[in-house]
Amino acid sequence: MTHYDAIIIGAGMSGLAAGIRLAMYDKKVVVLERHYVWGGLNSFYQFKGHQFDVGLHALTNYAAKGARGLPLSRLLKQLRIRWDELDLHQQGFSAVSFPGVKLKFSNDFELLRSEIARAFPSQIDGFDALTREVREFNELDLDAPQQDARPVVRRFVTDPLLEDMLFCPLMYYGSAREHDMDWDQFVVMFKSIFFEGFSRPQQGVRHILKLLIDRYRKAGGELRLKTGVKRVLVGATLASTGKRVDGIELEDGTVLTADVILSSAGLVETNRMVGATLVSPGGAPNVAGGASPAPTGKLSFTETISVLDQPAKHLDIEETIVFFSNTERFNYGQPADDVDTSSGVICMPGNFNLPAEPKDHLVRITNIANYDRWGTKRRDAGAPPASVMRAPCPQLRGEAPRNHAAEAATSHDYYAAKQHWYERSCADVLAHVADFRPHVKLVDMFTPRTIRHYTGHEGGAVYGSPRKLRTGATGIEGLILIGTDQGFLGIIGAALSGISMANRWVLQRDGAAIETG
Amino acid sequence: MTDEHIKQAIIGIIADIAPDEDTGSIDPAVRLRDQMDLDSMDFLDIVMELRKRYGVQVPDTDYQHLASLDSCVEYLRDKMAGKQLVS
Ligand SMILES: Cc1cc2nc3c(=O)[nH]c(=O)nc-3n(C[C@H](O)[C@H](O)[C@H](O)COP(=O)(O)OP(=O)(O)OC[C@H]3O[C@@H](n4cnc5c(N)ncnc54)[C@H](O)[C@@H]3O)c2cc1C
Repeated sequence: MTHYDAIIIGAGMSGLAAGIRLAMYDKKVVVLERHYVWGGLNSFYQFKGHQFDVGLHALTNYAAKGARGLPLSRLLKQLRIRWDELDLHQQGFSAVSFPGVKLKFSNDFELLRSEIARAFPSQIDGFDALTREVREFNELDLDAPQQDARPVVRRFVTDPLLEDMLFCPLMYYGSAREHDMDWDQFVVMFKSIFFEGFSRPQQGVRHILKLLIDRYRKAGGELRLKTGVKRVLVGATLASTGKRVDGIELEDGTVLTADVILSSAGLVETNRMVGATLVSPGGAPNVAGGASPAPTGKLSFTETISVLDQPAKHLDIEETIVFFSNTERFNYGQPADDVDTSSGVICMPGNFNLPAEPKDHLVRITNIANYDRWGTKRRDAGAPPASVMRAPCPQLRGEAPRNHAAEAATSHDYYAAKQHWYERSCADVLAHVADFRPHVKLVDMFTPRTIRHYTGHEGGAVYGSPRKLRTGATGIEGLILIGTDQGFLGIIGAALSGISMANRWVLQRDGAAIETG
Repeated sequence: MTDEHIKQAIIGIIADIAPDEDTGSIDPAVRLRDQMDLDSMDFLDIVMELRKRYGVQVPDTDYQHLASLDSCVEYLRDKMAGKQLVS
């Protein structure tokens, strides 16, 4: 039987980053990944000769070369990546667009501030005070008590329209909770989007993944693909430490033992692998709900990808990303229907300041979707080969060429529903961007099912369970949660989660052990 | 190892940890933190690199001695005696 210093479940951003840290310091470490590719939600695929990214619109947390003390600089140092290697290119500008009001923002915070001063003159003093509050809050204190963000924000911002316009991008890019956020998560997202901003490598997520996997392999880490973990094995209860982890059992029955297991599979999912409910030791105050079963996240997404016959800029779509709502009150919650197209995120990856025009001119639209409704649709309706596109309503792959009318909304057929919601999704952004539909050559779409497939998260919950275990501790000695359900979200957040948990629970412990013995 | 070698050993480690920093102009008398972007995670790395490269162990309670290049030399002189500089 093979024994490891550490076993990492999942080769997403958090698992790979944790793996690099441990391998770098000569730990015997293996990353186990159920899929045949790494990257988790941040993967990529080819479709009809086009390259699509799954989970990357933008890298948040932009930091200029040489900038100090920012999350991105920390991440680069910890993984020994030079700034230039990331090949980052900044956004032009983005916007939050609600009925009758559009607020532009960019990586220069002053733009957002001046836009708010223009559109909400009575709110600017409050906004400035909120900004100070955010700046001074230490979101890295993992032991701080949990509090809701809305009441805090309302102390400073009294216009509900502005309140929702501020919440909209922060929720879409990082809230596992419906309708509100934890205050520390609000601060993390506010800084990462409004203070620091967006950028991306020319080659998108594959570039980042290649850097990570190269680092990991060079450091001597082991990666096993197509290797799902079935159970986490917990040893006998010890009088001194309580329960301790022993190892894991793979889906094929193989047992691997380890001193430490870092799981990026999610809280609900890790609970299931352990066969017990995990809680922070001592019922830490930051864990809402104490020892009750961890709730499955309710927020899942659909994403439509349209390939245009020309750059979006030529159609007068200038923004890099638009966060929109068609109603004044923004509703961030699980929809009753398949998809809620009344709000969403529109991303034009070609509108980053890239050195070369990307090969594909894309418009990507994210909407909130209901996993249960997608999860029960039938996919057996003899999906024919992808048909020829026809503007303005191109056909999705796997869609039977037929007339898909309103009946599709309640359809039990997965492909018909995709076609229907693709069209709705595009039609419902037209108050915010020019009509690009006549220029669409090819489309694809993924649903909550896809997210479940890539992440293993129950309910296709993009950001995992609303309950987070911020210190990573699970109450079982040696079993640590990393990534999404530790509570750091997004690409940079997940990677930093892996790094800080590997440091805290493995590398620093080493130091402590040497000191005392 | 001479004092100069100890300095070089530390500079070599910092150059690997923070590849974007200019390590050519470090003032040995001034706190490292005040001259470049190093936080507590990075000091953990300096300690771990010392262990990995030179077998030198620095307990957390002694991290303060690594504040500047000069204080590193003072603190590490005995611990690094007889070791070879790793590049
Ligand atoms: C449409 C969309 C757009 C997004 N856009 C952005 C963006 O623009 N910027 C940004 O920063 N973030 C974005 N995100 C969020 C970001 O992708 C995630 O927050 C991040 O990837 C989470 O990383 P992770 O390592 O925590 O988890 P995951 O990526 O979920 O990785 C977990 C891994 O564990 C594996 N696994 C699970 N269970 C097991 C098991 N039992 N055995 C073996 N392996 C297992 C899974 O297969 C998976 O590979 C987006 C997400 C979506 C859905």
